[in-house]
Formats: sequence, structure tokens, C-alpha cells
Amino acid sequence: METKAYDYTYYELLEQLQVFDFALVELNLYLDTHPNDLQSIQQYNTLTQERTKLAYQFQQLYGPLQNFGHAYSKFPWEWSKSPWPWQV
Amino acid sequence: MWIYEKKLQYPVRVNKCDITMAKYLIEQYGGADGELAAALRYLNQRYSIPDKVIGLLTDIGTEEFAHLEMIATMVYKLTKDASAQQMEEAGLGAHYANHDNALFYNNAAGVPWTAAYIQAKGDPLADLYEDIAAEEKARATYQWLIDMTDDVDLQDSLKFLRQREIVHSLRFREAVEIIKEDRETKKIF
Amino acid sequence: MKELQSSQERSYTPFIGPFDPCVPVTHKTYVIPPNQYIVFQPLNLPQFPLQEALKLGTLWPALYSPYESRRGRREQTKDGNESL
Repeated sequence: METKAYDYTYYELLEQLQVFDFALVELNLYLDTHPNDLQSIQQYNTLTQERTKLAYQFQQLYGPLQNFGHAYSKFPWEWSKSPWPWQV
Repeated sequence: MWIYEKKLQYPVRVNKCDITMAKYLIEQYGGADGELAAALRYLNQRYSIPDKVIGLLTDIGTEEFAHLEMIATMVYKLTKDASAQQMEEAGLGAHYANHDNALFYNNAAGVPWTAAYIQAKGDPLADLYEDIAAEEKARATYQWLIDMTDDVDLQDSLKFLRQREIVHSLRFREAVEIIKEDRETKKIF
Repeated sequence: MKELQSSQERSYTPFIGPFDPCVPVTHKTYVIPPNQYIVFQPLNLPQFPLQEALKLGTLWPALYSPYESRRGRREQTKDGNESL
């Protein structure tokens, strides 16, 4: 299987995504114990919107982040292509 | 149902080819207070805990798998290119004899992971206190691991994981406050 | 960062026996992270910028606990001047 090294943009975009997703994990756990914090729910929803846009952009360039019907694939099947997260 | 996401939660960079460190990092992979034990502990306790904290156990349990993958990444990067001799010199000779360069769920002393590391008492208070203790023990382990390496990049990822233990511990203590409430309608704030 | 870390550090002076075989450590330290002083996180706590939150492992400064490696610290004097 071909394993070309990723370009600088890959790491840049990946980290941007990690930034948003981390804030979402933090807010998610917080909201699990603070379900009535409206302001945090609004922040969660806003970040989810931004995250969705960023993930779309990332996946256009580097293939699907999720499988099982959560992202589209180009031809040939992109999901099982290297590299995997622990390899980059 | 779980959906895998093809990315790490936090970047893992290992700068120094210090294979011995892999031997110690494996403590958080297959050790008593490691990420596998944490994930399985919380996801199993979900079935017998008040509904108000099921979400929290599910989500922290899920995040622990992301941490397990980060630890695996560190060990993988350190050991993937090691020869039998290098493994032996790094104190991983016994590991190599059994597993070659494969990762395995055991602790730093080579003791295989066991379900005896986790508890499920069925009592919400007992279970949540176990979870709080587990988070503080994992935090301590990360401190000792950070003490054992001078690789600043590796330290960086370990510091992230250590901080997550602190946040999880607080959330579990909030969960204790939630189950202490005697009426559904009563509010914490 | 150093100040925040030392404010979360506690220390004690263990008994030193007259026949201890190794050079004794005169004071031992441990960490009490800020989560121990929060029973239930209040609403609207200030947040780190998102980029920094990822780096530090939490969204809220109130929960942040820095920890620097103590590698090589024992060989040095205990005034905390280890270089990192």
C-alpha cells in the first residue's frame, strides 16, 4: 500500500480540527453534569457548526475521517487507505 | 454503536529514540490504572448507575479509548523499528520473546491486563469513588512518566493526558453531587 | 507557569534515620490539583482561547494544573532551579 508522507497543510488542518474537537469534548463532558447551562449549549452548537465545515474541507483533501456512512468516499475506496493516525 | 474517527485526539510526537521509555509507557496501556482499564471500567458501570450520569460515563469512557490510542502511538513509534537486540538492550527482551514488536496489554513489569483491575459494585457511590480514585492514580502515573523522559515532545503529549485525568476527576465528583440529590426536581445551582 | 505549579505543590519533611544507607531526601513533594477545591464547576468560568485549550488539556484556567518533569532534579539543589 502506498504511503506518501503528508504535506504541511495536512498537519495544519488536522491540528485546527483537533482544536475544535477538543473544545467540543470539554463542553460535552461539562454539559453532561450541567445540562441547564444555556450559554454553553449555544457555544457547543456554534462550535459544532464550525467543526462540520472544517471537517468537510479536511475530508475533501485527505479522505474520510469516519466510515459506516458518516462520510462520502471517492474512487477507489478511501477509508482503508494508509496512513493511519498512529503512523503520521 | 461506536464510530471510529481516523485521527488522534491530540498530536503525538516522539523525538528521541528511547526504546526503554516504551517499556514504561505500556503501564498506561495495559496497567491497572491505564487507559484500557479506565475505558472498560466506565463503559461497564453505565448499565447499573442512575440515568443522570450514564451520559458522563459513556463519554469519558469513549474519550479514554482516544487516550489508549495516543499511548499506543507512542509505543508504536518507539518500537516499530527496533531489532531483537535493541529490544533486549531496552529491557524488552522478555517482551520480544513472546510478542516480537507487537503491542500487548500488559503493564510496565510485563503483567498481562486483567479484569480484576476494575470493579463494578453496582452501588453508584462506590463505583463513582472508584472512578475518582482511578483518575487520580492515572494522573500520578503520568507524572512519574513525565519524570522519566527528557523528550520534550513526548512530555507534551503526556502532560495533555495528565490534565485530562484532572478534568475527568472533577466531572466524576460532580456526578457524586448529582446522585446525592434526593429529588429529581432539586437543582444544584 | 512555575508559580502556578508551585502553588499546587505540597511538601513534607520525612523522618531521617541515623543509619539510612542512601543520601536522604530532605523534603518530599506531591501535587494537589485545582479539581480538589471545586465541588461543582460554577457557570460562566473564563475560558482559554481554543488553541491554547488543546495545548493545555482543558478549556478552563480554573482547572489547569501544570507539571514539569523532575528528571535530574534530585541531583540538583532543591531550590527548584532545574533547567527545562
